[in-house]
Amino acid sequence: MNIAQETEQEVDSRKRKGKLVSKVITLAHGGGGKAMRDLIDDVFVQAFSNPVLNTLEDQARFHLSDLATEGDRLAMTTDSYVIDPIFFPGGDIGKIAICGTVNDLAVGGAKPLYLTCGMIIEEGMEVNTLRAIVKSMADTAREAGVQIVTGDTKVVEKGSCDKVFINTAGIGVIDKDYHLGADKAQAGDHILVNGYLGDHGAAIMDSRGGMNLSTNIQSDCAPLQGLIQTLLNAAPNTRFIRDATRGGIASVLNEIAEASSCAIQISEQQTPIRQEVIGFCEILGLDPLYLANEGKLVAVVPENEVEAALEAMRGHAFGKDSADIGTILPGGTAGRVHMQTSFGGKRIVDMLIGEQLPRIC
Amino acid sequence: MKHVDEFRDPVKAKVLLKEITVIAKELKERLKRPVYIMEVCGGHTHSIFRYGIENMLPETIELIHGPGCPVCVLPMGRVDDCVAIAERDNVIFTTFGDAIRVPGSKKSLLQAKAEGADVRMVYSPMDALSIAKNNPDKEVVFFGLGFETTMPSTALTVLKAEADGINNFSLFCNHITIIPTVKAVLDSPDLQLDGFLGPGHVSMVIGNKPYQFIAEHYNRPVVVAGFEPLDILQSLWMVLKQLQAGEARIENQYNRIVPEEGNKMALEAIAKTFELREFFEWRGLGSIDHSGVQLKAEYAAFDAEKKFIVPAVTIADPKACQCGEVLKGAIKPWQCKVFAKACTPETPLGALMVSSEGSCAAYHQFGGDRLDAVQAKAKLNIPINEARNA
Ligand code: SF4
Repeated sequence: MNIAQETEQEVDSRKRKGKLVSKVITLAHGGGGKAMRDLIDDVFVQAFSNPVLNTLEDQARFHLSDLATEGDRLAMTTDSYVIDPIFFPGGDIGKIAICGTVNDLAVGGAKPLYLTCGMIIEEGMEVNTLRAIVKSMADTAREAGVQIVTGDTKVVEKGSCDKVFINTAGIGVIDKDYHLGADKAQAGDHILVNGYLGDHGAAIMDSRGGMNLSTNIQSDCAPLQGLIQTLLNAAPNTRFIRDATRGGIASVLNEIAEASSCAIQISEQQTPIRQEVIGFCEILGLDPLYLANEGKLVAVVPENEVEAALEAMRGHAFGKDSADIGTILPGGTAGRVHMQTSFGGKRIVDMLIGEQLPRIC
Repeated sequence: MKHVDEFRDPVKAKVLLKEITVIAKELKERLKRPVYIMEVCGGHTHSIFRYGIENMLPETIELIHGPGCPVCVLPMGRVDDCVAIAERDNVIFTTFGDAIRVPGSKKSLLQAKAEGADVRMVYSPMDALSIAKNNPDKEVVFFGLGFETTMPSTALTVLKAEADGINNFSLFCNHITIIPTVKAVLDSPDLQLDGFLGPGHVSMVIGNKPYQFIAEHYNRPVVVAGFEPLDILQSLWMVLKQLQAGEARIENQYNRIVPEEGNKMALEAIAKTFELREFFEWRGLGSIDHSGVQLKAEYAAFDAEKKFIVPAVTIADPKACQCGEVLKGAIKPWQCKVFAKACTPETPLGALMVSSEGSCAAYHQFGGDRLDAVQAKAKLNIPINEARNA
C-alpha cells in the first residue's frame, strides 16, 4: 500500500468541514480555536488538498522508499517572502513563494517534491485577498509538480507585519548523476541565460508607483524545474545552475567567478534585456544587470554541450529567449566579471553594494 | 528606442575614436603631456564608466571627473542637519534615492531611518508634496538638492504648495549652481585643464550663454554634451578639434535637447522662488561664493531652515579624504590614500564613493584602478568568439 492510498482512506473521516464566515482576518484566526480551524480548512486545505496534507497531522510523513526511487540525495531549502505590493503585473506573493523555493531546489539538480507553507498574516486582511494568494500558490504548485504538505498560520496585530509574509521550505531529491557546483566552472565554459533579464525588478518598482511610467513590464516569475530537467537532459555535464534573483545576474556571475577563481566576460550585445526595461532603468539611473528576476537562471555549460543546451532550452516555454551571453576566460583577473559593451568598450561588473538606489537626475 | 540605438552605434564610435586618436597624439606632442578634459557633470561620469569609454580612449587623453555630482559635493554638516530634522518627532523626511546613503559625521539618513526616523524615498518633489497632503498632522520636509537640472521642479513644487495653501510642507534647500563652481575649479592653482564637456541637463535649463566666460576669460573650449556614448565621443572630438585649431568656443553638441537660450519657464520659476546665498560650502572644495541658492524671504514659510533649528555646524572631512583633489582633477581616485582601503562603497569615507555618479564609486564599480584597466587591456581584450576557441 503506498502513502497516497493509505492516507486517502483516512481523509473523509478526519477532514474538518469548517466554513469561514468572517470577511476579514482577525486575531481570532490565529488563536488556535475554531476560527483558526475554519480558516485552515476553508482556505488552505481546500486549495492545497493532497493526501499528505489532508491528514492534518502536526507533521508530513513520507516513505523513504518512495523518495529513494528519484535519486540518491535529498535537497532542502527555505525562503521567506516579503514583497510590496503583494499583487503585481505577472504574479503575486503566493506565486513567488512557490516559484522561489521550487527554483532553489531545482537549480541544485533536485526534483522538487514537497513544500511547507508558513503564513504570517496582518490582522485586517480581507479573506478574499488571502484566498487569491492561496489559490495562486495552489495553481503554481500544481504547475511545478509539487505538493504543499504542511503549514503554519499566525495572525499578528495590525502594524506588526506588512499584509502578509510567507515562508516556504521544500525538499527534493537529486538524481545520482547530477553534481552541480559553482566551483566546477572552467575556462572555456559558456554562460547561458533563459531569457530577458530584469523584468521582475522593473515590474515591482514600476508597480510601487510614484513614477507614473506605466510600462507594460511583467514579472517573469515562473517555476523552473521543468526547464532545468530539459537542460540537464540535453547537457548532462552542465557545471552549475543558479537562479538570478535578488542582486540580479551581476551577483550570480560574481559568485561564479569567485567560487571558480576564474574571470568571466559577458557581451552586452548578447545579453537579452527588453528595451522597456532598459528605458525604465535609464530614467531612474539603475543598471538592469542588478535587477531581480524570479524566473531566470544562469547556467555554466561546457563548450561542447552549448548548442544542445540552447536548443533544448529554447524548446521550453520558459526558455524561448535563451541566450549564450559569455564565457569563462582562460586568463584574466580571477574573480572578476567584465562586460564587453555593445558600444565597443569594456567595464567591470562588480557586486552590488546594498540596494540599488535611483539617482537624482 | 530606435532613436537611442543611433547614439550607441559601435561602427560610428570606431570612426570617431580613430580621429580622436590622431588629434590627441598631435596635441600630446605639442603639449608634452596628455590632453586633460573635464566632464563637469556626474551623469557624464556615469555614462563614461557604464559604456567603458575611459578604456576605449587612447592614453593621450585623460578625463578628469569634475564636481558635477550634487550628492558628492554635499558637505557632512548638511547631512547632519538632514538627520537632525529627520529625527524630530512628527517629521516625514523625503529624499531622492542616492542621497540617503551619504555619510554624515555620525550617521547617514539610511542609518537614521533604521533607527526609527521616518525617512522616505521619493522620485520627485511633487511626491513629497502629495505625502504632505495625505499626512496633514505631520511636517513633511523635502531634501532639495542638485544643480539647475532639479531646481525648477523644486521651485514649481514650492509654488504649488503655496497655491494649494499647504502649510505642513517645507524644503531643506541644498540646491547649487554650476557656474561659480566651474569658475572655482578654473581658478584653482593646481589645475591643468584643456577643455570641458559641458553638462547637458543643466544646459537644458540655463542654455549655453552662461559658459561664455570660460571661452573668453579662460580660453578653454566647452562642448555641451549629451549622455549617450556617441554624444560623449563626438563631444570629445569637438573639444579636440577646437584645441587643434587653437580655438576656444562654446559649442552645443546636444542641440537636439538643449536650446541656446535655455528653458524660459524653468528659469522664471527659479527666479521667482530662489535667491543666491552669499556662500555655500562644498565637500572637498570649501566655501564657494554665490554657489548655492535659498528660498526668498516671501517663501520663508516653506523653508525648513527657518522652520527648524538645525545644528548647522561645519564639519571638516576626515583627514585622509582627498575628495577635493579628486574633484579638481589634481589626483585620480585610485591615487587617494584611502581608495579601496578605508574608503569603499560599503564604507564610504568621502562622498565620491557614495553615488554611482561619484568618480571614486565609478572607478570602484566599473573600472577598478587604472592599473587594473591596463592589465585588462593586455589580458582580456579577447573578443568573445576567440575566447570560446581558446
Ligand atoms: S577614495 Fe574616498 S576619500 Fe578618497 S577621494 Fe574618493 S571618496 Fe574621497
